[in-house]
Amino acid sequence: MTSTIEPTEPVEPLSVEQLSGTTLLRFATAGSVDDGKSTLVGRLLHDSKSVLTDQLEAVEHASRSRGQDTPDLALLTDGLRAEREQGITIDVAYRYFATAKRRFILADTPGHVQYTRNMVTGASTAELTVVLVDARNGVVEQTRRHAAIAALLRVPHVVLAVNKMDLVDYREPVFAAIAQEFTAYASELGVPEITAIPISALAGDNVVDPSANMDWYGGPTFLEHLETLPVSHDLATCHARLPVQYVIRPQTAEHPDYRGYAGQIAAGAFRVGEQVTVLPSGRTSRIASIDLLGEPVDVAWTTQSVTVLLEDDVDISRGDLIVPTKDAPATTQDIEATVCHVADAPLTIGHRVLLKHGTRTVKALVKDIPSRLTLDDLSLHPHPGHLVANDIGRVKIRTAEPLPVDSYADSRRTGSFILIDPADGTTLTAGMVGESFASPEPVRAEADEDGWDF
Amino acid sequence: MTTVADVSEEGTDSPYALSHLDALESEAVHIFREVAGEFERPVVLFSGGKDSIVMLHLALKAFAPAAVPFSLLHVDTGHNFPEVLEYRDRTVKKHGLRLHVASVQDYIDRGTLKERPDGTRNPLQTLPLTEKIQAERFDAVFGGGRRDEEKARAKERVFSLRDEFSQWDPRRQRPELWNLYNGRHAPGEHVRVFPLSNWTELDVWQYIAREGIDLPEIYFAHERDVFQRAGMWLTPGDWGGPKDGETVETRLVRYRTVGDMSCTGAVDSDATTLEAVITEIAASRLTERGATRADDKMSEAAMEDRKREGYF
Repeated sequence: MTSTIEPTEPVEPLSVEQLSGTTLLRFATAGSVDDGKSTLVGRLLHDSKSVLTDQLEAVEHASRSRGQDTPDLALLTDGLRAEREQGITIDVAYRYFATAKRRFILADTPGHVQYTRNMVTGASTAELTVVLVDARNGVVEQTRRHAAIAALLRVPHVVLAVNKMDLVDYREPVFAAIAQEFTAYASELGVPEITAIPISALAGDNVVDPSANMDWYGGPTFLEHLETLPVSHDLATCHARLPVQYVIRPQTAEHPDYRGYAGQIAAGAFRVGEQVTVLPSGRTSRIASIDLLGEPVDVAWTTQSVTVLLEDDVDISRGDLIVPTKDAPATTQDIEATVCHVADAPLTIGHRVLLKHGTRTVKALVKDIPSRLTLDDLSLHPHPGHLVANDIGRVKIRTAEPLPVDSYADSRRTGSFILIDPADGTTLTAGMVGESFASPEPVRAEADEDGWDF
Repeated sequence: MTTVADVSEEGTDSPYALSHLDALESEAVHIFREVAGEFERPVVLFSGGKDSIVMLHLALKAFAPAAVPFSLLHVDTGHNFPEVLEYRDRTVKKHGLRLHVASVQDYIDRGTLKERPDGTRNPLQTLPLTEKIQAERFDAVFGGGRRDEEKARAKERVFSLRDEFSQWDPRRQRPELWNLYNGRHAPGEHVRVFPLSNWTELDVWQYIAREGIDLPEIYFAHERDVFQRAGMWLTPGDWGGPKDGETVETRLVRYRTVGDMSCTGAVDSDATTLEAVITEIAASRLTERGATRADDKMSEAAMEDRKREGYF
């Protein structure tokens, strides 16, 4: 790709109005090593004019001082000394670019042994995941792994980018076969929306500009798809949830009795006058007013940061959850979840941990680890005893206090949690409450295992 | 009052989709409130530059009508633009805030720090900053750093744990999942918090325009005495310029960043309004640091190395 990247002439500058009316799309790339991910990222940054002259000069300078003839664009994205020295990529990086239609935050996840936790981290905030496939190789194990993680994390949109079409003579049947195989597999896992696009990141086909080499393809280019896919908030079917972050009490002459519950709406919408319940206490009141960062509103929705005032003087503090009385989740001290272990030290049965859910952190105990998922073939390994870094498994947790948890399938925000090591604060595990495709009990009988007795 | 019906539909998006500025604002406010809820002694780094001005604006909105529950900290290099110091003091007074100052000049006067031959004081800020954090036992330190600024910053977390020497270890970062920030830290350690992580330079300017935020005048085009050094237009002063062979001239310029006068350059510009500034930046082929910061060019890993030591 190095030869194809040059400084671009400034395009016509956007007006202030054009720049302000855009929405934000967070997406993640699924990293495989040789599938051309960095070329695609480079192409997007470059063609959206996000690589500026001085950054390119810095790359050229660094490449020359290494004795390379052409600029090495990996230097554009490999930001850390260790990465450049060892030619590896550590961890997720976040990149930014914009078009006239939308602002993008790209969670760029490296394709490494640590792929699972990195991809889970990137996918947790993404509305779209890009799975890249080399057209010559088709759907491989790694592709299935990426699809499985996107499905587990319930990323609403998945793009299958069939790359290197130039190396298969831009033939439609090659693309069609890969698209069909992937779509069947991902749909079975529960991925709600899949868009397959044939591209060549190196040659630029269908990335930003439509390809003259693939006139058989009638769909959008990659960037066009990113720009136009709906950022949907289907509030009608969403359970409204407001985790209380902070109680605002000015206690000034001007506001002697003001008591506002501040938080970011995690799901759904709240209206003035609505009857609400505060969990875990179960007390009820009505919303007296909603303050949207200084502006009174009569309705507010996800993901707005608001301050809510209630009609009654209810005892509410950080960690409580405000919900509509007619749609309150049950509280429980026993949580079953699919988790991804992200720490280097293992998670074991009997582990005493802290669990952060919304704005509440409570003590918790790992009661059982019924199964571990093998991502390669989606088989379940029963009673693994512990989970190590990058493992995905089912976990049963007992919390010291009741928590109002939703199923992750219903709410990515109030159905998720992290486990923290109380000794040193390490983030141990990412958790998703409730059923997932990894839920069924292991098919193998427990009798198959000998020597394990808890 | 806003109602659902009032919200116009943009393109294919749901009427409930927030504009990118609303989404970034909401996220930053969430970060401020998380810190207020979980830490004992947070402080906001405030330099009088546009990023820290936006941070303070967001903090004011996050806790209104109550006061911001944090104090401010300025690392004063001793080579600051007078207009910016004036702005800093005016703002602190206006909002009734408490300002801590860590002074590089004091360290040089005491002999604890030594002036560099090139007169650049940015690298000298680390020691006064970290000693102030330890002395005041700040456990959360807000910075205006953005991930779009520099490639080492592209990897930084929103909550970035620092050890008792304020050091950053990129290999030991905590994965950040959903919006569940982990602020646990041992005594002596602290967390650097970056509420503007996901903002770009353009977002900051658009937000300043939308919110009508007051800025120091040096951000707008004005006639100014400058001289050229290493390809940058620097303001003459006691800090060490111009030297022999460097000539002062009057030019129409503005600043894209503010920092130490010895290494912060002005750019030729006729942008006197926010709208003109935004149009200029949207068309610029240079990053703000590439255009105006000498210290980032010192080595390929200059920023990373300073961050490891405790710098922002």
